[in-house]
Amino acid sequence: MNHLPLIIKREFFAKVKNKSFIIMTFLSPIIIVGVLSLIAYLTSVNNDKVRTVSVLDPSDLLQKVLVSTDYTIYQNLEDMDLEDAKQLSSSNGSYGLLHVPNVELDKVSDQIKFYSKESPSLSFISSLESKIEKHLGELKLIQYGVDLSKIEAAKTYVDVNQESFEGVKTSKAGSFLKLLFGAVAGYLLFIFIIVYGNSIMRSVIEEKTSRIIEVIISSVKPIQLMLGKIFGTSLAGITQFAMWVVLCFVLSLVASFVFGVDLSAAQTSQQAEVMEAMSNPQVNSDFQELILEFHSLPMWNLVIAFVLFFIGGYLLYSSLYAAIGAAVDNETDTQQFMLPVIMPLMLAVYIGAFTVVEDPHGSISTLFSYIPFTSPVVMLMRIPFGVPLWEQILSLLILVFSFVITVWIAAKIYRVGILMHGKKPTYKELLKWLKY
Amino acid sequence: MSILLEANNISKNFGDFQALSDVSIQVPKRSIFGLLGPNGAGKTTLIRIINQITKPDAGQVILDGEPLTPEHVQYIGYLPEERGLYKSMKVGEQALYLAQLKGLSYAQAKKRLSYWFEKFEIAHWWDKKIQELSKGMAQKIQFIVTVLHQPKLLIFDEPFSGFDPINANIIKDEILYLRDEGATVIFSTHRMESVEELCDHIALIHQSKKILEGKLNDIKRTHKTNTFEVGLSANDLVQLKSEISSRFKFSKADFRSLEDDLKLNIQLGAKDTPRDLLAFLNENAQINHFVEVIPNANDIFIQTVNNN
Repeated sequence: MNHLPLIIKREFFAKVKNKSFIIMTFLSPIIIVGVLSLIAYLTSVNNDKVRTVSVLDPSDLLQKVLVSTDYTIYQNLEDMDLEDAKQLSSSNGSYGLLHVPNVELDKVSDQIKFYSKESPSLSFISSLESKIEKHLGELKLIQYGVDLSKIEAAKTYVDVNQESFEGVKTSKAGSFLKLLFGAVAGYLLFIFIIVYGNSIMRSVIEEKTSRIIEVIISSVKPIQLMLGKIFGTSLAGITQFAMWVVLCFVLSLVASFVFGVDLSAAQTSQQAEVMEAMSNPQVNSDFQELILEFHSLPMWNLVIAFVLFFIGGYLLYSSLYAAIGAAVDNETDTQQFMLPVIMPLMLAVYIGAFTVVEDPHGSISTLFSYIPFTSPVVMLMRIPFGVPLWEQILSLLILVFSFVITVWIAAKIYRVGILMHGKKPTYKELLKWLKY
Repeated sequence: MSILLEANNISKNFGDFQALSDVSIQVPKRSIFGLLGPNGAGKTTLIRIINQITKPDAGQVILDGEPLTPEHVQYIGYLPEERGLYKSMKVGEQALYLAQLKGLSYAQAKKRLSYWFEKFEIAHWWDKKIQELSKGMAQKIQFIVTVLHQPKLLIFDEPFSGFDPINANIIKDEILYLRDEGATVIFSTHRMESVEELCDHIALIHQSKKILEGKLNDIKRTHKTNTFEVGLSANDLVQLKSEISSRFKFSKADFRSLEDDLKLNIQLGAKDTPRDLLAFLNENAQINHFVEVIPNANDIFIQTVNNN
């Protein structure tokens, strides 16, 4: 009799009806969106603050540079000595006083001073410094009799155009995009395995400690129960993931409508500068290229490979988690068996993050994209850079083959382990169980 | 007498440990078959092999004339010694799930469950979670789930543990009722008084080997020593004792009586019949008490285990 659908159904509903599962499903998006909204809100509050900076610059050396913006107003103090200026700016609530002494151009750079009540923000000072440096540099160049327009004309941007021998064009932006896809896919798999693998393990331990296990396996084969558990928990996991995506989307819409918070405002000043630079025609063409690159990615290959490697990798690891759950009596005993499971997973992510980025088709990347315990993550990271189809199929075949073997081994450990109570088994005993 | 379940030459090793060695049993239809043995003898392993939880290294199990296949699980109801239910699942849902695993349809399971829940007067437990019930209450649910699919063969491993005497009695009556309705029961226990009460047949397993099997009454017959417990009164008890000792072997007996009797266990010689003994005693004394000593299951158990 095939009871797999019945078991999957029970495992799914047991998980989904669980209070902590429901709470996590709804609370996580609220927390994520809430924190993002808070950051966005705080950033916008910070940006709204207008700083007034007093400037004492008798020689008007920096007048051209210190142009007031929406957030920073430069107030020029005329005909005043330094002491009066300090007093005035400390009493009228200025952010600070910038003093540019009236000395020769060669010496002025050492003598510019900024007075303030509290130490000024680092980013403010560094942006001030870079502005002044640039301007003084230009002034000096003029002093030396250099034609600035020639310097401007001599500036050169280089962007090496990349093209494979087959004639496929790529670019830095494209590489970045590929990396992004690989990283997202790899990390998603990693997180999914850890979270829901653990959940499978706990549910096996629960059946052992509640002693229902013997009743159930007198009706169904242990391997059916194990597979039912893996599939049921995975479906619950996918449901939770889907809920998170939808809820995050809906909540962020609600947040931006109700509170008027623009989530895109949650960015650092660097990002703002990048956005500013977008208006630059050079970068703009890069952006268009990015979109072109996106369209030129082997989308179908990526999606299909993602689904297959994700399923393969997840099932491979979750059968191991089920076996660990069967081998022990309680969660604290799982530690010693977790390490050999987590290690290859970590290795895969590190290889993905360092080696694949450096050299996607190097020998190490290639090797680990074949080894079944690392291949799902590493191969997913490699595929955007173009992996021949036969390599993908070979890696997938190895993965499926080792999945079958792992399930077989896990089922043996599971079959014996679920009826063992009391002492924590050693690796040696686990090996013995395989022969029972 | 037709046989429902036959286990033929079952052997099972766990690594170096021998759990069962060439064990065969025959469980007749409509019998209550006691599977006895000290702790660690191999009873649970044998039961798990019958339930196809464990595979034997050698030997075969035959149910109703067919070698066991996975399809047969629906004909067997098993109440393991180590038992429990999903703690956070509702009673009704859980019972339905377990019944469906045994091959019942949802509708069948629901109908039969409501019958049993009415019978045990526990219908109001349906929506409770197991963790809200006491151990005895959970055991009742477990019993219902075991018998719900009306299996031909019921296997109970220490069914009375966890029940108070009143509920244990209810369960005992149910087991007898199920047997009368046509089920065959394998019953594994340490409690010898329930063996006396329930079992028609027994098998005794000791150190992985079967050392005794048969009808309980037949076994008692072969284990009896032709000894009679007698209470006698006479004028001269000392003389009476010497008269008896010239003819029979005897030992002191101990039982409650009203008279100040001579209490003896008298063993018959090879050619003697009870009639000879009665006639002999009747000549020499007044007989107040005359009972054949029949070994109880407990004695047989201890005696057989010690002899092996």
